[in-house]
Amino acid sequence: MSKLSLISRGILKENPTFVLVLGMCPTLATTTSAINGMEMGLATMFVLILSNIVISLLAPVVPDKVHIPVYIVVIATFVTLLQLVMQAYTPAVYQTLGLFIPLIVVNCIVLGRAEAFANKHGVLESALDGIGIGLGFTLSLTVIGMVRELLGSLSIFGWKIIPGDGILAFVLAPGAFIVLGYLMVLFNKLTKKN
Amino acid sequence: MVLCLGAVCLVCSALLAGVNALTEAPIKEAAEKALKESIGAVLPQGGELSEERGVSVGDQNYVYYECTLAEGSTCYAVKSTVQGFGGPLTLMVGVLSDLSINNTSVLSHSETPGLGAKCATDEGFMNQWKGFNGVLKVRKDGGDVDAITASTITSRAYTLAVEQAVAAVKAVQAQNEQTKEETNE
Repeated sequence: MSKLSLISRGILKENPTFVLVLGMCPTLATTTSAINGMEMGLATMFVLILSNIVISLLAPVVPDKVHIPVYIVVIATFVTLLQLVMQAYTPAVYQTLGLFIPLIVVNCIVLGRAEAFANKHGVLESALDGIGIGLGFTLSLTVIGMVRELLGSLSIFGWKIIPGDGILAFVLAPGAFIVLGYLMVLFNKLTKKN
Repeated sequence: MVLCLGAVCLVCSALLAGVNALTEAPIKEAAEKALKESIGAVLPQGGELSEERGVSVGDQNYVYYECTLAEGSTCYAVKSTVQGFGGPLTLMVGVLSDLSINNTSVLSHSETPGLGAKCATDEGFMNQWKGFNGVLKVRKDGGDVDAITASTITSRAYTLAVEQAVAAVKAVQAQNEQTKEETNE
């Protein structure tokens, strides 16, 4: 498989949100605005790339019986590192995302890629897979966030487009499900045709 | 098997301990800077700030900073924590000597993003606290505070935190009066 298709696959054919439907908890919870969704996506991408690299290196020497605990320890370590570094150097971002960062540990995308891809492939492929899936996740979250922000508070990335209050339900949990559902239909309709 | 898991855990804990040691100081610095900035934002400029002090009202304890202004009056920055919609909501409230509000600033919160979280970003809501001198209740409850749309609980909590800060300042002023009288005697 070519290097480029490894990346594009994560965005289109195996988009974690719209096709694999993984990591729904952070997807629904953090996409109240475009910027929140994007930041969550980027944080997950960072952990995903690093854990994919380390796990592809570790996989040959880790016995089968303990591979899940080892992966979880590796992932949890990266998440905690990210949390400490964010807290120290970008306190403003940490303030908005702080609640959701520890959730990356149990994000099934990260463990899913470790199990399904990184432990069977080399370092470079695993890193590229992490970038692809991470980009797919980030883009999906940003798009969901944009739609919810536009309908819910009539702005995009914090910029007010139309004055007024918007439809409140789209900022709340039900709106997350509705937007996710419609975007999933749209995404699959568009990608299946090609 | 055990050896492998043990080795991975050992390496990971060593790594975390190292990074923790490295980031401990910057995290503390960032927290202190945020605190200083919030005090600066809620009090009038150019005053002389006191050390951190404590006062208790009922069974609640408050941390506050006293600030003596150039013209001689004293103002206070009080840290006030209440239960918000999603968790604790901590404010820094600047109170002038006549018990009117100078300004407020959010130190930390866990309100719903896009709704209650607007209490830290929404200009309309935040600006009303500059020089606020009315009834400390949201309009729905018969006061003068404009609530954030669809976030009445957060707005109520915010208002309560400000009210508590004013009560704390009252207690501090009473305490100061008392010590003044005692020293006069």
